[in-house]
Amino acid sequence: MTTHDPTIPPPRRLKPWNAVERGLARVGITGRMLVLIAPLIWLLVFFLVPLAVVFGISLTSKQFGRPPYTPLLTSEEGTVQLTLHLNNYIRLFTDNLYVAAYLSSIRIAAIATIITLLVGYPMAYAIARAPDRWRNILLMLVVLPFFTSFLLRVYALTGFMRGNGVINQFLGLFGIEPIVMMQTDFAVYVGIVYTYLPFMILPLYTTLVKLDVSLFEASADLGARPIHTFLFVTLPLSLPGIIAGSMLVFIPAIGEFVIPSLLGGPETLMIGRVLWDEFFSATNWPRASAVAVAMLLVVVVPIMLLQRAQGAVVEK
Amino acid sequence: MAKKPQQLAIDTRPWRDTANNKPFVRIKNVSKKFGDIIAVHEVSLDIYKSELFCLLGGSGSGKSTLLRMLAGFENPTSGTIEIDGQDMTEVPPYNRPVNMMFQSYALFPHMSVEQNIAYGLKRDGLPRAEIAARVNELLALVKLQDYGKRKPHQLSGGQRQRVALARALAKRPKLLLLDEPLGALDKKLREETQFELVKIQEQLGVTFIVVTHDQEEAMTLATRIGVMNQGEIAMIGEPTDIYEFPNSRFVANFIGSANMVEGVVSEDEPDHVRIRSSELGCDIYVGHGVDCAPEQRLWWAIRPEKMVLSREKPAGLHGANVATGIVEEIAYLGDISVYQIALASGKRLRVSQTNSVRGNPDAITWEETVYVTWDEDAGSVLTS
Repeated sequence: MTTHDPTIPPPRRLKPWNAVERGLARVGITGRMLVLIAPLIWLLVFFLVPLAVVFGISLTSKQFGRPPYTPLLTSEEGTVQLTLHLNNYIRLFTDNLYVAAYLSSIRIAAIATIITLLVGYPMAYAIARAPDRWRNILLMLVVLPFFTSFLLRVYALTGFMRGNGVINQFLGLFGIEPIVMMQTDFAVYVGIVYTYLPFMILPLYTTLVKLDVSLFEASADLGARPIHTFLFVTLPLSLPGIIAGSMLVFIPAIGEFVIPSLLGGPETLMIGRVLWDEFFSATNWPRASAVAVAMLLVVVVPIMLLQRAQGAVVEK
Repeated sequence: MAKKPQQLAIDTRPWRDTANNKPFVRIKNVSKKFGDIIAVHEVSLDIYKSELFCLLGGSGSGKSTLLRMLAGFENPTSGTIEIDGQDMTEVPPYNRPVNMMFQSYALFPHMSVEQNIAYGLKRDGLPRAEIAARVNELLALVKLQDYGKRKPHQLSGGQRQRVALARALAKRPKLLLLDEPLGALDKKLREETQFELVKIQEQLGVTFIVVTHDQEEAMTLATRIGVMNQGEIAMIGEPTDIYEFPNSRFVANFIGSANMVEGVVSEDEPDHVRIRSSELGCDIYVGHGVDCAPEQRLWWAIRPEKMVLSREKPAGLHGANVATGIVEEIAYLGDISVYQIALASGKRLRVSQTNSVRGNPDAITWEETVYVTWDEDAGSVLTS
């Protein structure tokens, strides 16, 4: 008798993907790992490897020729020799130029970040509280400058701030003497604030728009004037957005090169420009690499501090 | 000894003696429009001190808008709102002697329970020791003494509700507004909290205005209920008035369940009215006068529990008040059973009977022909 035994389940039809999955599982690879592998490879090839190369070059010494630095590894009669030059890093601390450039970069980036926050917060708040049909249009306007080349927009700023630029011509109508704006720190601040404002507004907007309106009403209901509601409810609850926005402005602003070189004057000292000069004017690749690695550390420390602060605020 | 309850009735029910009692909250012809939409239309309402007044209505009935106007979050398009004799129409929310408990509770997520409760007191600039004492007092009132240091997200729904209540009571408001205070709680917790809320209200003597869509909640809590429909007040009354003597078809249908039939006045006497109803297949004899005209079309509503079922044809009243039909459905709810009786006209009546005999083998069952009868004052005659 070959009647069908109901206790035996019918054979499962195998889809080709099931076979692949099973094969990978045998080697210990799950679907989750496959998804993660793509970005990991990307980071490895385009971030970690170049970083390692830069770090390697920073430990060599300048020489004339191609490449313009001494090799890290030399082989002589079967023995491999590793030569590390630390003097590039030592120079960073002993030469006042570098220390001053780092400090000046941090100062300019910090001031620019604070100005961006002060300008961006009211804008983000207004967009978050705008009627629904306006919100997307306003957000679009914030992002719109990205549709034009960044370089072009910075050049456009020079057109405004030049000695005979738009602003001074306008002031001239009222008989006001032209103001020197170009080649000053002021112009650099204007450039950074203008360029990075969307990076401040967008994270601020996302935190502010999520805040429950009834929290503000509850605050008013309990006797808080609008300014107190802002200080005790709105501001603390938007802290994650403030931190995220400030990070997105502060970090790239430290290493900013284009804005200080196009808008800033000779006294505007920023590490991005020093780096450029080392690479292209002095052709000192090892020194330039050391400057870059040190800059990375300068940037990583505040990121870690900010992330810790953010974690403490969210606390969930 | 008959004097005492009577006096008590006057003391605790000021709305029954409007000549000698000044209303505490006076809403006069208040309307609110949002663009073209009329959310609240010409509402006038007097609420007395220490009342627990419920605004009851479906969504979009304007009850929440009315509450928000009392709190000051919305300004009336026209009309005035007076609280304790003061015109509040132009006063911003932070200057009103009113506190609100929000439907979502609106607890500040970045503050502990204590800080939430102290928030209003701090804004008033009270000395620190006084604030701490008041916070402890309130934590004890809502039985959350051990939870002062917690953050709202570390509390259960019921605990959050109590924190919201404590915070709203902290400043000793003259008037407390509660927007669906029990809406977010599950059924069992809701029942417990209902009585707690009433207890706290009686203990403190604060005037409560509660907005709810839950009629059971309104019935349990309220001294008086204002039923709202499409931005207007459909009826104001004590829970028993609203249930037993609805003033319109809307109220009769909205509160509880009601059988509604259409009829024509055939006898209109000062002491009784007879209504001819083809839907019921019989006349309705109403034992009191009604403001109507002969041959006027009107409606008559009766609650399921006000009718009696029987197998034998009852005598009826003046040859009226007996309908007959077939049992179509029976819903056994334990304490009562609800019968759906299909009449010859196709109209269906819902009749509920108390299950007073345990496991009654002789209970009326499906497909039986039965008679439905009712008392001369059991139903309400409705002209609107």
